[in-house]
Amino acid sequence: MRIGLEWLRELCDPGLDARGLGERLAMTGTEVDRIHQHGVGNLDAFVVGRVIAAEAHPDADRLTVCRVQIGDDMQTQIVCGAPNVAAGQTVAIARPGAIMPDGTKLKKAKLRGVCSDGMILAEDELAISTEHDETIVLGDGSLEPGQPLDGVLPIATEVLELEITPNRPDCLGAYGVAREIHAATGASLAPAPWEQDPGSFGGDVGVAVVVQAPDLCPRFTARAFENVSIGPSPLWLKARLSAAGQRPINNVVDITNYAMLLTGQPLHAFDRDRIAGDRLVVRRARDGERIVTLDGQTRVLDTGVCLIADADGPTSIAGVMGGTRSEVQADTTRVLMEVASWDGPNIHDTSLKLGLRSEASGRFEKGLSPEAALEAQIVATRLMLELTGASLVPGTIDVGERGLVHAKRPVIRLRDQRVGGLLGVSITRSQSALHLGRLGFETAERPDGLDVTVPHWRRNDVTREADLIEEVARLHGMDDQLPATLPSRRGAVGVLTAAQRLRRRAEDVLAGRGLLEVVGWSFQAPERDERLRLPADDPRRRHVVIENPMSAEQSVLRTTLLGSLLDAAAHNAARGQGVPAIFESGAVYLATGERLPDEHRALGALVPGDVFAAKGYLEALLRALHATGASFASAPQPFLHPARSAQLRLGETVVGWVGDVHPLVAGAWDLASVAAFEIDLDAVIAGVGAIARYEDLTSFPELREDVAIVVDAGVPAAAVLETVRAAGGKLLARAEVFDVYRGAQIAAGRTSLAIALTFRARDRTLTDADVAPVREKIVARLAKDLGGELRG
Amino acid sequence: MIDRIAELRAEAESAIACVSSSGELEELRVRYLGRKAELPNVLRGIAALPPAERGPTGKAANQARQALEALIAQRSEQLAGGELEQRLVSDAVDVTLPGTPAQAVGGLHLLSATRREIEDVFLGLGFRIEEGPEVETVYYNFDALNHAATHPARGRADTFYVGRDVVLRTHTSPMQIRAMEAQPPPLYVIVPGRVYRPDSDATHTPQFHQIEGLAVDEDITLADLKGTLLAFARAIFGPDRDVRLRPHFFPFTEPSVEVDVSCFNCRRGHLRDGSRCPVCKGTEWLEILGSGMVDPNVFAHVAEHGYDPERVQGFAFGMGIERIAMLKHAVPDLRLFYDNDVRFLEQFA
Repeated sequence: MRIGLEWLRELCDPGLDARGLGERLAMTGTEVDRIHQHGVGNLDAFVVGRVIAAEAHPDADRLTVCRVQIGDDMQTQIVCGAPNVAAGQTVAIARPGAIMPDGTKLKKAKLRGVCSDGMILAEDELAISTEHDETIVLGDGSLEPGQPLDGVLPIATEVLELEITPNRPDCLGAYGVAREIHAATGASLAPAPWEQDPGSFGGDVGVAVVVQAPDLCPRFTARAFENVSIGPSPLWLKARLSAAGQRPINNVVDITNYAMLLTGQPLHAFDRDRIAGDRLVVRRARDGERIVTLDGQTRVLDTGVCLIADADGPTSIAGVMGGTRSEVQADTTRVLMEVASWDGPNIHDTSLKLGLRSEASGRFEKGLSPEAALEAQIVATRLMLELTGASLVPGTIDVGERGLVHAKRPVIRLRDQRVGGLLGVSITRSQSALHLGRLGFETAERPDGLDVTVPHWRRNDVTREADLIEEVARLHGMDDQLPATLPSRRGAVGVLTAAQRLRRRAEDVLAGRGLLEVVGWSFQAPERDERLRLPADDPRRRHVVIENPMSAEQSVLRTTLLGSLLDAAAHNAARGQGVPAIFESGAVYLATGERLPDEHRALGALVPGDVFAAKGYLEALLRALHATGASFASAPQPFLHPARSAQLRLGETVVGWVGDVHPLVAGAWDLASVAAFEIDLDAVIAGVGAIARYEDLTSFPELREDVAIVVDAGVPAAAVLETVRAAGGKLLARAEVFDVYRGAQIAAGRTSLAIALTFRARDRTLTDADVAPVREKIVARLAKDLGGELRG
Repeated sequence: MIDRIAELRAEAESAIACVSSSGELEELRVRYLGRKAELPNVLRGIAALPPAERGPTGKAANQARQALEALIAQRSEQLAGGELEQRLVSDAVDVTLPGTPAQAVGGLHLLSATRREIEDVFLGLGFRIEEGPEVETVYYNFDALNHAATHPARGRADTFYVGRDVVLRTHTSPMQIRAMEAQPPPLYVIVPGRVYRPDSDATHTPQFHQIEGLAVDEDITLADLKGTLLAFARAIFGPDRDVRLRPHFFPFTEPSVEVDVSCFNCRRGHLRDGSRCPVCKGTEWLEILGSGMVDPNVFAHVAEHGYDPERVQGFAFGMGIERIAMLKHAVPDLRLFYDNDVRFLEQFA
């Protein structure tokens, strides 16, 4: 909402400059987004002038060379291109050094060889309107050449661009903003501009209005005007509209806009003679009914849309946009001024459905009070009479629940104790009453507080005690007036859950081993599934699909972290940074057919190198989490090297994978030789985290022994170790592969695994005699189960 | 004989004093104290001496031997020390060369690091951490948070829809409701997490991160909100920070306030050289979050879980993690967080 400071000051003037006023408003809840300078700058360079002589330019048909009086003894020469300029006119002059509305600085110029020492101004050159063809002729003979133009014409004002929160449609009008300034500063507020109504009620204005959809149209008012002369508005009005960002059109249309900017309530002017059948019907549209709106578009409507129709069909989409058929035109002499209230949610739906947002729909959808309709009607009546030469047809059409509207004056109890109890600072009852009174609330003393009557313009926003407390708090101030205390925190203890602690631990383990964490997009392109070689029936193709994505690239949610890890690696590789070792901890989303998808936190890493490089990190991670039941087994993944990939199990559950990234997948990201893993971190953490219990590992020494076992190359080390452990019984504390050999010293197709065995007993120091039979048993079992033989 | 012993002793003593290496010293030891040396032979030949000489000679020889042994030991120690020193000197390396193997320094992403930093502040203030689904129902994301049916945030221009009444959450606030459903008051929780809005430029990305806060008890006040956020602001931005509350509007809080923290980069909006502060743009204040007292209509949705709006009250706040990180670390463009360029990541690792 843009509004000229000059206009606001006429309604309430606290004696602050634009910045000071902006700060005051910000601290009471109305944010000033920007302060614009509207109009011209360096005001000293703008003066009144009188054209002494106007002669044709010797070398240009359309230019006139003028002698202009700009002071008692001062004359100057200005070349002017406007056809209307003539000797004897009092005009508006910009002298060299003037700052024009677009920010340029006016200089002396030569036009076709003739010097021009300034400019005779048209309205657009003062940002009053877009009128450019004719210069402004100042009618008032009392003006003296050389007199400053500021004060004669509205040539400059600061403009506040306010951010009005959606709960405050009353502040979409200048008077509402002025009321806020009054409440925030205590400066006096001008009487409401609708206080004096030149109109009358009842009577037949010659048009019948039937409201067939009272649920969508709580109030419909109209007044009729005759002998209207369509013409330009006065400069002061044009200047105010322009400063507010509205383009002046003609006096009637400008009046509707001006009344809206002042009251917040949109209005619509019909050409009375273009209302077919002298009858307006407010009704729901029929399915497929069409209307041509003012923007020239044909709109197809349905029964959810409320429209205004005459005998020839629809003339307006109610509360959104008028139709071309009944709009005011240059030859209009009779006007029907319509000001109505429309149902906010319905206007919102209609505007969304038709893709048609207008100044009016943006206001109505926030919910304007029915009372505001008559206020705007009164403002418009006064201006119509004053500015268009119109006469008012006696009477007012006023359809709607007028009685009910006025009966709805909600009264809310504001308890003193609740004010202090919610804010943490005590505010006296009289202070509360003062703040509320300035905002237009009426208050009455009660034993425990105030009974507060809500004004109609706040009816939607203020419905409960808490809403009143907000009003009191924001005007009372929250700066020095409000202490900073801490909650009493009865029994509240801030502590991470075991799962949260373990997740941090998991991330820290990878970071501590040199991996950089990345944060990828939750979104992906559907075609990424092809690049990851996911087959048609892969569960990771069951994406959560975004109905309104910003782009196809971000139209579904990821089901694995591998894609974003590859993206991050590729980003760096392409920039000469090599392939970094990275990890990500984040959610993946699998559509399940349920309302909400299966969403769990995954942890994935991508490193240069092969499966063992990745597995090293994964094993470190599992050890750090004390994931004792973890095991690996060869298993394929579509995006991994088929012979160099494994699944991770925790107990019986598969919780992740590790492997070389398939060369075709790596190639699709322009990478080579990378390995990765991904685990379901939620599942892993759910399986670990038991409280560690002390085990005596130090009172008696361990006994260590290495054995080399030769098995067929196809036998996995995990199977060998499993057999060793099973045969090792209680005394075998650990068994680990520390070397692998294949080659000339053993038979072809066989592998030698060097295994470190660690024996320990809880109650004694073990001797060779204790261990020898166990070792023999292990060797025997390996021979029997796996065809293993002791090497050398 | 005794004279010869004294002579030997003196000769050996001076020789020992002159040796310059352990090897020479060993040679001297063999010469004077070895099996074939004269002094030990004197001792072995004691029996052959006249009885009157045996005592004094034996004594003198023994003393001489002991003295020399001690001297050799002492000298040996001296020499060893010196020789070690020499060897160490010859082992000299250029210690300004890099360590091997070079150890990679990994680290958390700046967003994670900032999230944990904020989490830790609130853990210290007695809050627990809750997390919730990113794909969320319209009920939790809007309805229960008192958003009017016409609230523009519900529109498809402002919210990603994945179903008729299912959205990508636009804020972490839905967890206010879920947390209250799960646990009766008093409740002190923060909710970090990823959120989504269809927006993309230097200050907006379609995904970003927030931290929600919610404190509900019988006596939580707006002043408590101010104090809590002041403690937060000082922990994150420095002990001299101040906060100010500006009234605002949010559907799910009443009163609602935006919170500014005093600029940490300047004095009264200007830098030392008099130029306008680029961080606060001369305003002296930085907007960091939105907050307010929980709206009674929100409590009404969880009243049966112990949240009777007449009996409990509380505050809620929501802040952008990116915004906090950008302010604190002078990151100019939001999109840098999601490029994952190692030259960015390593600066904060």
